[in-house]
Amino acid sequence: MRVMAQIAMVMNLDKCIGCHTCSVTCKQTWTNRQGMEYVWFNNVETRPGLGYPRRWSDQDRWRGGWELTKRGRLKLRQGGRVRKLAEIFANPVLPEIKDYYEPWTYDYKDLTEAPLGDDYPVAQPRSLISGEPMAIEWSANWDDSLGGGPELLGDDPVVRKLRDEVGARVRLDFEQSFMFYLPRICEHCLNPGCVAACPSGAIYKRVEDGIVLVDQDRCRGWRQCVTGCPYKKVYFNHKTGKAEKCTFCYPRVEVGLPTVCSETCVGRLRYLGVMLYDADKVAEAAAVRDDKALYEAQLGIFLDPADPEVRRAAERDGISHEWLEAARRSPVDALIRTYKVALPLHPEFRTLPMVWYIPPLSPVVEAVSASGHDGEAAGNLFGAIDALRIPLEYLAELFTAGDVLPVRAALDKLAAMRSFMRDVNLGRVPDTSVPAAVGMEPEAVEAMYRLLAIAKYEERYVIPTAAVADARSLEESALAEGCSLDYDGGPGMTGPFGDDSGRASLPLVTIENFHAARRRQTADREEDA
Amino acid sequence: MDTFLWGALPYVVFGVLVTGLAWRYRYDQFGWTTRSSESYESRILNIASPMFHYGILFVLLGHLMGLFVPSSWTDALGLDEHAYNLLSLFAGTAAGALAVVGIGMLIYRRRRYAPVFRATTRNDKLMYAVLVAAIVLGLVAKLTHAGIETGYDYRDTIAPWARSLFTLDPKVGLMADAPVAFQVHAVVGMVLFALLPFTRLVHMFSAPVQYLFRPYIVYRSRDPHDLATRPDRRGWERIGQR
Ligand code: SF4
Ligand code: SF4
Repeated sequence: MRVMAQIAMVMNLDKCIGCHTCSVTCKQTWTNRQGMEYVWFNNVETRPGLGYPRRWSDQDRWRGGWELTKRGRLKLRQGGRVRKLAEIFANPVLPEIKDYYEPWTYDYKDLTEAPLGDDYPVAQPRSLISGEPMAIEWSANWDDSLGGGPELLGDDPVVRKLRDEVGARVRLDFEQSFMFYLPRICEHCLNPGCVAACPSGAIYKRVEDGIVLVDQDRCRGWRQCVTGCPYKKVYFNHKTGKAEKCTFCYPRVEVGLPTVCSETCVGRLRYLGVMLYDADKVAEAAAVRDDKALYEAQLGIFLDPADPEVRRAAERDGISHEWLEAARRSPVDALIRTYKVALPLHPEFRTLPMVWYIPPLSPVVEAVSASGHDGEAAGNLFGAIDALRIPLEYLAELFTAGDVLPVRAALDKLAAMRSFMRDVNLGRVPDTSVPAAVGMEPEAVEAMYRLLAIAKYEERYVIPTAAVADARSLEESALAEGCSLDYDGGPGMTGPFGDDSGRASLPLVTIENFHAARRRQTADREEDA
Repeated sequence: MDTFLWGALPYVVFGVLVTGLAWRYRYDQFGWTTRSSESYESRILNIASPMFHYGILFVLLGHLMGLFVPSSWTDALGLDEHAYNLLSLFAGTAAGALAVVGIGMLIYRRRRYAPVFRATTRNDKLMYAVLVAAIVLGLVAKLTHAGIETGYDYRDTIAPWARSLFTLDPKVGLMADAPVAFQVHAVVGMVLFALLPFTRLVHMFSAPVQYLFRPYIVYRSRDPHDLATRPDRRGWERIGQR
């Protein structure tokens, strides 16, 4: 066993209202630069829908992720190492910017400088890529909320697959369709295709927290990673000629703050926390034969942070106490491992993604309510989950490579929670057979409810400040020479025999820094600081 | 003049190449990239770029063979002068033609597609001019001095000169007597070498052969000294500001 830690995310899709706040704040933070105009590290797509870039999950076309060779070994779907080097001069399956969308701005000057005339001046759209006037035909969100209707949405790879392989027709008319939003960021996979595809070795997975980053100094612009990532979450900066990707807001996470998308999420549906996993088993789990077994296989490599043996091994492998504690309190761990309501996105790509999703129950609830029944009664819901084959199969294609069982189990638990908690909240005697039907204790249901419905900031984001140790030493060295302890009147200076009567034993670094910093900022002269 | 061109210039070029590369490696890691334009246009690029690159790689191979493998070695392998001439004529011309057609298409594409043209710097234009000149002049030199029966045997003149550069005893006379076309090609070629470190062509020095040998997944530890934002290093050009 080799224990490694990973900061992971879970999103509760029931709560996403598709407001795109996360995308916008992410863009403001990371990709509001030339060369990255078309890039959204975080994007929210409507399902069913084409996604961004269009039809990204169709790996017959984009050849991302891994596949198994006949002998059962993992190989990049794009081809082996030699083939990839042979194709390095032109990557035959690189998406063009137009496959995302052509970014544009408006020629606003026209509005103010057009000569006086009868016609109202308009701001012409201009391409940010070519600089020419352009017609706007697509964007990162063209099919938002089922925009574009049946013709367009029929191209959704999952809809097609269901039609061609399962023979199920997804209704795409507005009245009869189901719909939900799927916010996507980089999955910070355990077996990342982007890392494996990078010829220069510039993309790496951080040992400490599993965040996958591109070393901008080492990237040489071979753009193989763009293809290697099945989620199309590495982007080519066309100005700098380097690859860029979601950073999991590592500068924030390092100091214990949630990512920008989580922090600003209007639905408060994102959870951040530590997962422990056995690094020795990663390759094995990614190479199980059956696509449908991948979800279970990935579950199997996660380690229980409460298990004493795991804790010993983790300490041996250099995982600090703070991280272990965080892992024990991790909301993500609870949703993935304990309650098993969170599922991975497209496990069949075999990258072992680490941003998981709680499938939305709302299409089911809506369908039940729309048919005039009580959308929160356990019986109605359980029945409907079974009866609403198509949403269920659609979700299964997204989250479990088509295996309906885990999705149904997760939805059943959510349904049970809904009806059980309604009784609790209405002061009725809750029906304990409802949790039992989904194999849960009533206490567990209530705990899950707390986590999903009312968890506060500190419960949703349990992020160990890994960097604290080195950050503190850096902070200290960044301070001006000499601190307030060194002169009379400073804190801790109540005389040689007062209070602690010494300086060495005062572990007041942070507080001292705060005061010292304020003093430095407000002092008029250097000596005052 | 001959001494300068064939005795001094090669060393100057070599010096510029090496110091240029070292300097760029030290100060412009961020600018060291292919600056691919594939995301703007990929249809033509998918044909033209492999054509050019494979062509130019074979041309390079041919040059290495012609210049640095003495004829006595190939003779020993049973490849006599006539056979060598044919090989060099046909294989060399084919590779050269491949490269020329490829770069022709690339340049057409660069001019024709607005986004690609907009991403073309002055540096690129200069580079293209010298690169095309070097390739075309090489083909011209070859084809004007070759026949099926016999061709100009540069392996008795130019090649020994090239090798003598490495023993720090340049045989200037040999090159001075070579046909003018070859001389011009050699000079333009040297200019190209001197330009390499300062253009996007540097990407050739980071050909990622190590990819064949490393494990698929790269792990790296956080550098405790890199916790904060590091100060901007100087780069080739400012990014993100118009
Ligand atoms: S989702 Fe992220 S970590 Fe996984 S392959 Fe894509 S870019 Fe790499
Ligand atoms: S901010 Fe939250 S609710 Fe809004 S789109 Fe993003 S994930 Fe959904």
